[in-house]
Amino acid sequence: MNQAIVALRALFVGDVHADRVVPPTGYTAWLTLFVSGAMAFLAVFSLALSLATGRLADRWSSELARSSTLRISAPSGQMAAQTQAALEVLRTTPGVASARALDEAEQRALLEPWFGPDLPVDSLPIPQLIEVIEDSDGFDAEGLRQRLAGEAPGAVLDDHTRWRTPLVKAADRLRLLGVISIILIAATTAAMITLAANAALAANLQVIRVLRLVGARDVYIARAFVRRFTLRALVGAGVGTVLAMIAVAILPDAQAAGGFLTGLGFQGVHWLLPLLIPPLAAIVSFWATRTAALRTLGGMT
Amino acid sequence: MIELHNVAYSYGGGELFNDISLKLAPGSFHFLTGPSGVGKSTFLKLCYMELAATSGQVRVFGADASQMTRDDIARNRRRIGVVHQDCKFLDHLPLAANVALPLTVAGRDASAEAANLTELLNWVGLSQHTDALPPQLSGGERQRAALARAVIMSPDVILADEPTGNVDWEMSQRLLSLLVELNRMGKTIMVATHDLALIRAAKAQVGARVLRIQNQSVQLAGADL
Repeated sequence: MNQAIVALRALFVGDVHADRVVPPTGYTAWLTLFVSGAMAFLAVFSLALSLATGRLADRWSSELARSSTLRISAPSGQMAAQTQAALEVLRTTPGVASARALDEAEQRALLEPWFGPDLPVDSLPIPQLIEVIEDSDGFDAEGLRQRLAGEAPGAVLDDHTRWRTPLVKAADRLRLLGVISIILIAATTAAMITLAANAALAANLQVIRVLRLVGARDVYIARAFVRRFTLRALVGAGVGTVLAMIAVAILPDAQAAGGFLTGLGFQGVHWLLPLLIPPLAAIVSFWATRTAALRTLGGMT
Repeated sequence: MIELHNVAYSYGGGELFNDISLKLAPGSFHFLTGPSGVGKSTFLKLCYMELAATSGQVRVFGADASQMTRDDIARNRRRIGVVHQDCKFLDHLPLAANVALPLTVAGRDASAEAANLTELLNWVGLSQHTDALPPQLSGGERQRAALARAVIMSPDVILADEPTGNVDWEMSQRLLSLLVELNRMGKTIMVATHDLALIRAAKAQVGARVLRIQNQSVQLAGADL
């Protein structure tokens, strides 16, 4: 643990002399900063996409569990009998976890947003609704419709789950794409930092030879390069992340627009997740530069 | 200090050395001579472990070079000062920082040894140039700077490869007297050169032995030089 702290301290505080042995590198420094910044910016959006589609999939999935509705439209005299018959059919249908007729107050609550609170529900021929909850296997909707047609001719089965399932699948797939994007962004960052580090190492071969000749250990030489690239990646990714988070924060809020649309933003503690990107970029850069430096050094004597 | 036991070295083009056995005793002064291209630089590289022997054993400070890790080699190089034919420096650092570089990379505080550094630069006659960048120096100044860098760690062995290659006679005399002085301080010195006049001049000052590379082997040259 102590050694790790010393190593970290050396990385951030640095050794002035060790830093000076490698000449300053001008524009490759800016390229590294830019690449890490741009990649962090993209990573924030991929993260936002993953989290948003994750929320979407979760919401749709949870609604799946209580998703079918049976609507019974019958003359008022037969309503109670047909409701009973339908409930009986549902009770004996495999795949139905539970079925419950909504009472008057619940139905009124459902209609309220459309007709206002003063609707005289009693005097209107509104259909009776039965909430059907599927178990994990689900039921055979077509078979249920046929049986209902016999027992309760006024019943109409509305299983909206059937069109939500592909949407949830799509949302899940989108979330997966977001995760893959983040992995690709990390890998691309590693590749670009490796290329930049190799360019820097190649440009400084004479420096490295001189250092080896006067007795510098590999880690000493590698550290001079690793420190630079790690700090550049950290700073670049920090700037990119902050800019992207600002961009996400000022996105128009889609929450109000519809029941299952959700804003492409972060919610609650999820705002902390993008803050992991700069340290991750630094770790990726540290590892990539160190590998490149030690590989180059391994080829020398 | 440095021992070679039945060392052979070959590269893509063929065999350069065959069955060389040699021992550099502490405090000895050796010249290594032979026509150009005969392998003087390669021989020195075997000694400071830039190249590994194809067969046989090179022992540096008592340890087998082929068994050393890269870090062992780095640590042992701090005890061997090398002056190259074409002296390479860090061109972006001033002369003083370049000469102090072995201290820096060894993790020693160069500022604590500032007095040593000043004295050393005086000794090689470069005290006026401490802030100059290496590309601004003349060939002779670079050779002397390389020598200063080679000795700042107070190494046990100094290996010099054509240290007088780029300088005039007067300057080569000065470099030689610096090396002789180091030898008198107890350092083991090996100088590769094809300059016989330099060797003769040295023999007047110090009990130097002359090794000649011939027929892929190293032989002690006679007193005829």
